[in-house]
Amino acid sequence: MALLEIRDLHVGVEHREVICGLDLNVHAGEVHAIMGPNGSGKSTLSHVIAGKPGYEVIDGQILFKGEDLLEMDPDERAAAGVFLAFQYPVEIAGVTTMNFLRAALNAQRKARDQQEFSTPEFLKRVRKVAGSLNIRQDMLKRGVNVGFSGGEKKRNEILQMALLEPSLCILDEIDSGLDIDALRIVANGINGLRSPERAMIVITHYRRLLDHVVPDVVHVMSKGRIVKSGDKELALELEACGYGQFEDAA
Amino acid sequence: MVALQETVERVKRIGDQYRYGFETLIDSEKAPKGLSEEIVKFISQKKNEPAWMLQWRLKAYRRWLTMTEPTWARVEYPKIDFQDIYYYAAPKPKKTVTSLDEIDPEILKTYEKLGIPLREVAMLEGVEPKVGEEDPARRKIAVDAVFDSVSVATTFKAELKKAGVIFMPISEAIREHPELVQKYLGSVVPTSDNFYATLNSAVFSDGSFVYVPPGVRCPMELSTYFRINERNTGQFERTLIIADKGSYVSYLEGCTAPQRDENQLHAAVVELVAVDDAEIKYSTVQNWYPGNSEGKGGIYNFVTKRGDCRGDRSKISWTQVETGSAITWKYPSCILRGDNSSGEFYSIAISNGFQQVDSGTKMIHLGKNTSSRIISKGIAAGKSQNTYRGLVTAHRKATGARNFTACDSLLIGDKCGAHTVPYIEAKNSSATFEHEATTSKISEDVLFYCIQRGLSQEEAVGLVVNGFVKKVLQKLPMEFAVEAQKLISISLDGSVG
Repeated sequence: MALLEIRDLHVGVEHREVICGLDLNVHAGEVHAIMGPNGSGKSTLSHVIAGKPGYEVIDGQILFKGEDLLEMDPDERAAAGVFLAFQYPVEIAGVTTMNFLRAALNAQRKARDQQEFSTPEFLKRVRKVAGSLNIRQDMLKRGVNVGFSGGEKKRNEILQMALLEPSLCILDEIDSGLDIDALRIVANGINGLRSPERAMIVITHYRRLLDHVVPDVVHVMSKGRIVKSGDKELALELEACGYGQFEDAA
Repeated sequence: MVALQETVERVKRIGDQYRYGFETLIDSEKAPKGLSEEIVKFISQKKNEPAWMLQWRLKAYRRWLTMTEPTWARVEYPKIDFQDIYYYAAPKPKKTVTSLDEIDPEILKTYEKLGIPLREVAMLEGVEPKVGEEDPARRKIAVDAVFDSVSVATTFKAELKKAGVIFMPISEAIREHPELVQKYLGSVVPTSDNFYATLNSAVFSDGSFVYVPPGVRCPMELSTYFRINERNTGQFERTLIIADKGSYVSYLEGCTAPQRDENQLHAAVVELVAVDDAEIKYSTVQNWYPGNSEGKGGIYNFVTKRGDCRGDRSKISWTQVETGSAITWKYPSCILRGDNSSGEFYSIAISNGFQQVDSGTKMIHLGKNTSSRIISKGIAAGKSQNTYRGLVTAHRKATGARNFTACDSLLIGDKCGAHTVPYIEAKNSSATFEHEATTSKISEDVLFYCIQRGLSQEEAVGLVVNGFVKKVLQKLPMEFAVEAQKLISISLDGSVG
């Protein structure tokens, strides 16, 4: 059974259909890359999986671990193991990153009937992950993403992902706004989380990220559908020829 | 934090009990409805007051007859019939219970969620221990808790007495310390000050009196003690706090626990006097019944609070967390009379449902080199209206006056309103007044971000709002900051979606 199974998904935003019959199967342990031009529906797909309000699912099904994901509230999806690394992480003034991490982790654990972590145990976990992502302690004491650079915000997304240990990670343009060094740190963080139990969907415009996070499958999305799937070589081909050829195919 | 929803529902259920409160028949120990000179005399007599106090009340009453209700605040309510109100009722004897076991477990759980210590719950709910009775079935903790609180109160009294601090109900102070009361009562808020303050002067029921002698630093927060004694202080509360030369006192009124009261109109007066080099810190947590989900009922909270920095280098600091009441009309202010005196106002005002808040402060700079600071955080949700109204003024002779004001408003949903009405007057050119104001809406993106990480909608709102008010929360005494934080989350239930 696939970890994530999307069947004939149709999604509308403000009376316009932006995903038009999309099928996708992602198995545990796999990393899928979704590439495509602006407006092809990549971010919409990530939002619909995570349950962001404002989208209308017209038709189709999304199964996660065999369960109907569309019937679940967004926080239930999170507790079930769906994690979305945001393209534009928000700032939350007055709430320290540390507090935020703790609130999120405990909320999820509670929803799963697990015990909350003790303070020392929690701190130990955060420090360990933060260290590997080159995140300084003082950053954890600042408001969530407040005054963070683009790179720091993206590293903070990976930090949350590592701490929450989701089974499905969706990374929406995690590479945007990163310089080469930051990209390497983020990519290392992602690679460190690859495991046989976990799947990832990496949404990107550029092959660059995929040099570091090597995908098992590459999909090309255009006009709300997956128009071509292949192995990592497909990313190279796209870089050479552009998306133009697929625009016609769709 | 899933439990938050339960708490909210429990508090709601307690809310329903308010409704029954209005129908409760009060015992016969009360004056007839309405207000007249006879009623004022009756109140004074019931309290065994000296003649001067009665005269003071009567003068206020006669003045009140000539006054009209203020209408400038941004609040709407049906006209109040002042002849349809009871102005004196002996404290309603609560049903005697002897242990916490007899109290509705739902209510106990609410207290528990708010983190209020058991012994205080016992006092708030009026648990009286049966002396000499041992009932093995009764939970030990309840009895211990009560005995404990009695001993705590006694210890407090002894310790305060040793320091020379006078802390007692104002009705007692009128009899025992008439010279102090006569000297200071009405010296900050004159009997003619405003409609509600004048009404209060005529009919005030009781309240607290504090006098801290020169050079004394009050050895404890006058808070826990007060909370234990708080029940039945009534609707026309009168508080007077005097900090003599070089003294310091921190005072906290109110409580995060849901306050049940069948009186709809509340008109309290609080007067603070700080003499040379004295400092008073006054904190309020107000959680009166806000009315039901259709906007029916709820307390009208028309309060006059004012501090007089009478002496040089004196300091008065107001901190308030206002979450309750159907209508809040409240402007804790500072008169900066002494040279180099300073005033502070830190406020969190939350409105949800159909609540209306018109609150703020006045900083009146009279002395030289006086400074003031205003940090106001208004949060409007539901169909509520939340107004900050403030005045900062520097007298002609108040050279070197400085003020910093920051007013931030947060809107939750699209059916509420936030308004900022700052008045600034500088009558001399050396005054430095800074004013910052922001209004923002709690964004869907921020909420979704939190929810995607596993927080429920309510938890997400609570988290964001607590972040928004953090700077003010930090000004509260530590133990209350934690309670207030939870209260804020509960107050905003059902504010989104």
